[in-house]
Amino acid sequence: MTAVVAEHDDHHDHHDHGPEKGVLRWIFTTNHKDIGTLYLVFGLIMFFVGGAMALVIRSELFEPGLQFVDPNFFNSMTTMHALVMVFGAVMPAFVGLANWMIPMMIGAPDMALPRMNNMSFWMLVAGVLLLASTLFMEGGAPSGGWTFYPPLVFQNGKSFPFAIFSVHLLGISSIMGAINVIATIFNMRAPGMTLMKMPLFVWTWLITAFLLIAIMPVFAGAVTMLLTDKFFDTSFFDAAGGGDPVLYQHIFWFFGHPEVYVMILPTFGVASTIIPVFARKPLFGYASMVYATGAIAFLSFIVWAHHMFTVGMPVAGELYFMYATMLIAIPTGVKVFNWTATMWKGSMTFETPMLFSIAFVVLFTMGGFTGLMMSVAPVDFQYHDTYFIVAHFHYTLVPASIFILMAAGYFWLPKWTGNMYNEKIGRLHFWLSAVSVNILFFPQHFLGLAGMPRRIPDYAIQFADWNMVSSIGAFIYGFSQLLFVYIVIDTIRGGTGEKVSDEVWEDASKHSLEWTVPSPAPYHTFSTPPARIPTEHF
Amino acid sequence: MSTHDSYYIPHKAVWPVLATGGLMMTLAGFANHLNGSSIGSGMMLTGFVIFLVMLGLWFALQSTESESGMYNHGVGISYRMGMMWFIFSEVMFFAVFFGALWYTRNLSVAWLGETGLPSGPGRSTHDTLWPAFQAVWPTNGPGKVGGDFEPMGAFGLPFLNTLLLLSSGVTCTWAHHGLLAKNRDQLIKGLIATVGLGFLFVGFQATEYYEAYHEMGLTLGSGIYGSTFFMLTGFHGFHVCVGAIILSVVLFRSWKGHFTPENHFAFEAAAWYWHFVDVVWLGLFVFVYMM
Ligand code: HEM
Ligand SMILES: [Cu+2]
Repeated sequence: MTAVVAEHDDHHDHHDHGPEKGVLRWIFTTNHKDIGTLYLVFGLIMFFVGGAMALVIRSELFEPGLQFVDPNFFNSMTTMHALVMVFGAVMPAFVGLANWMIPMMIGAPDMALPRMNNMSFWMLVAGVLLLASTLFMEGGAPSGGWTFYPPLVFQNGKSFPFAIFSVHLLGISSIMGAINVIATIFNMRAPGMTLMKMPLFVWTWLITAFLLIAIMPVFAGAVTMLLTDKFFDTSFFDAAGGGDPVLYQHIFWFFGHPEVYVMILPTFGVASTIIPVFARKPLFGYASMVYATGAIAFLSFIVWAHHMFTVGMPVAGELYFMYATMLIAIPTGVKVFNWTATMWKGSMTFETPMLFSIAFVVLFTMGGFTGLMMSVAPVDFQYHDTYFIVAHFHYTLVPASIFILMAAGYFWLPKWTGNMYNEKIGRLHFWLSAVSVNILFFPQHFLGLAGMPRRIPDYAIQFADWNMVSSIGAFIYGFSQLLFVYIVIDTIRGGTGEKVSDEVWEDASKHSLEWTVPSPAPYHTFSTPPARIPTEHF
Repeated sequence: MSTHDSYYIPHKAVWPVLATGGLMMTLAGFANHLNGSSIGSGMMLTGFVIFLVMLGLWFALQSTESESGMYNHGVGISYRMGMMWFIFSEVMFFAVFFGALWYTRNLSVAWLGETGLPSGPGRSTHDTLWPAFQAVWPTNGPGKVGGDFEPMGAFGLPFLNTLLLLSSGVTCTWAHHGLLAKNRDQLIKGLIATVGLGFLFVGFQATEYYEAYHEMGLTLGSGIYGSTFFMLTGFHGFHVCVGAIILSVVLFRSWKGHFTPENHFAFEAAAWYWHFVDVVWLGLFVFVYMM
């Protein structure tokens, strides 16, 4: 760890320390706060793009029969919805939070590699543009599922190579972002900020960054083999040439399972940051939280084939992946226990960020439990590829990752803008979301157990009622998210008019460094390292 | 504090976003080309040139800044970490292809040939589609995809190439010792030798490919053997080219007298990359050529 001091450019002709004027500021920026904002805004836009696709899906499924879209377009929608949400919304939003918060939390002047930071954002935009362009191509957007399984994926039309190269660009973007996070955390901490004094958000991102560097090249390799199989005569996934389509699934899920943890570990980190502030207590079991995060990350590499129980594996493989998967419930349980224990006997208040965080703890636990159910290999034959698994991963993603992203927005908006958001509308947003998300996804458990397959535009008549309920929930949920956009814009433009203090939330500065700088946070923070390191959070 | 103690944070960056635009154009062009569009290849080449020029300008800027003493020790550490983790990501990329080789050789081909575990998923494929197929390696599969071929032996050009790359690792380290001992002559000679051996390696590999395609019937389309052989050695050869180009730039900068024993990140990064490429080759020699 080095003592770092920022030097603001007396080599060049800038006089002030503030941002440049005009749109070029955003294009050429190397400032971690600007780049963080870019990522967050981009993520929010993609959240609505992906959301619109989800509403196309739920409209079609409102009733049995084919009513709005043709089946191929429906399949494009399920595929693109997943890709846009995973790579365009959730991951970028967390990278945005990392950019904004990690330097401020560890007392660093900026990210370690600012130019690369700029590039990784634009690589993301380039990747998403390539992907989005496929919507307008002959044969439509990719429609074989976000998993790109061969040989089905080869039936995609002109979109096929674009989707592959989009994955390459997104991978480069993520790897560069992750390298930056690691270099920043290892090299830029303020004196006194030892690893075990870092806020958990920083810890979880550190571990997430390792996951990303290990898995994105794997995904890139897998899609490269798809590309050469289709265009350059290779036989990786073709049994006639000695290859095996199941090989693709192994490689994909070696990436894919850690990938879901890439979306959930920073979620855990934000929750562990918010809950202590509103419970007015230190986080319960700080060290065990760090170790549990590490354990989850390690396990995530050795459980991938729980996605392949029905595909055909030697029995020894089925058993191994079943038991290994079950192990994940242990460190996950430690986390849920610690969040609960943090709230226990705390003097809690229920501002919007806390409401979202509590809902996260409850609803994520449900998603974890359905995961545990599906980890039982023989039973998974019943659940696999049904709406049950759709319900599972949406519980772990929407009321978990997305809720926590919303919570993070409410939590830090006052710090970012210097204004207070409208608490009333915030709570309305929360209650609408929390109720509708359950109307949306809970019935999908029943549909799945009753045998409704995922990724189909039409279904048997006995599934009609719960599908209708689910679609109604989807529309309420989707439209209530517009409240969030309203609140964000309103807060940027002055919010409630009340000027917030540096600390914003009562005693927050005891927990983490970002609450010791002015609100709104100046363009450059911690040009000289902080004098005191907060220790309340562990 | 003095300039030397401060962590340099650039105010804006022009080249990264332009390089990204170039790369995006390259890939969009390539995709169009694969889809049979006539504008594809032109777009791809233009994009690639833009990409390279922008990267070049970016690196030139870094080198100027480094020369004018704007990077302190902390910045150097960040760059080293960046390079280290970048190389790790490359290791994972190669691991996928080694993994595919392992899986097909030991599992899927065995199942197709009925020698694998009885509950292996490929077994029913064997029984219903290709009951006569025997599992042997190398193979182009039960469909004899790509026709008859002769596998690549280890002890011709590949062995020579192993010697070349290993000695280039030695010359690279020798150059580094020269740099540390302020022996400019040794530094430059060492680098020239390293770059030369690198390009010689690429030349021999091109010859090997030529023979494979024209005399041995071995192509990228020769079933799983051809696929794994050419993809692994091809990606590796590409990395050798990139490494040799990086080393050439380092050679140029050494010749301009840029590096000091205390401050030579670019040299170190290039050397690490070169050793990484070396190690991958050893893996290839053992698992692709010998076994
Ligand atoms: C206790 C922890 C968890 C366990 C034991 C678990 C287990 C499983 C299993 C066994 C499946 C495969 C089901 C099938 O295909 O039949 C699955 C699918 C899935 N899980 Fe989880 N899971 C857990 C947590 C999570 C988390 C935290 C996330 C995301 C943030 C997640 C996201 C997903 C996704 C996206 C899929 C579906 C992938 C697809 O086929 O498209 N899971 N999970
Ligand atoms: Cu999984």
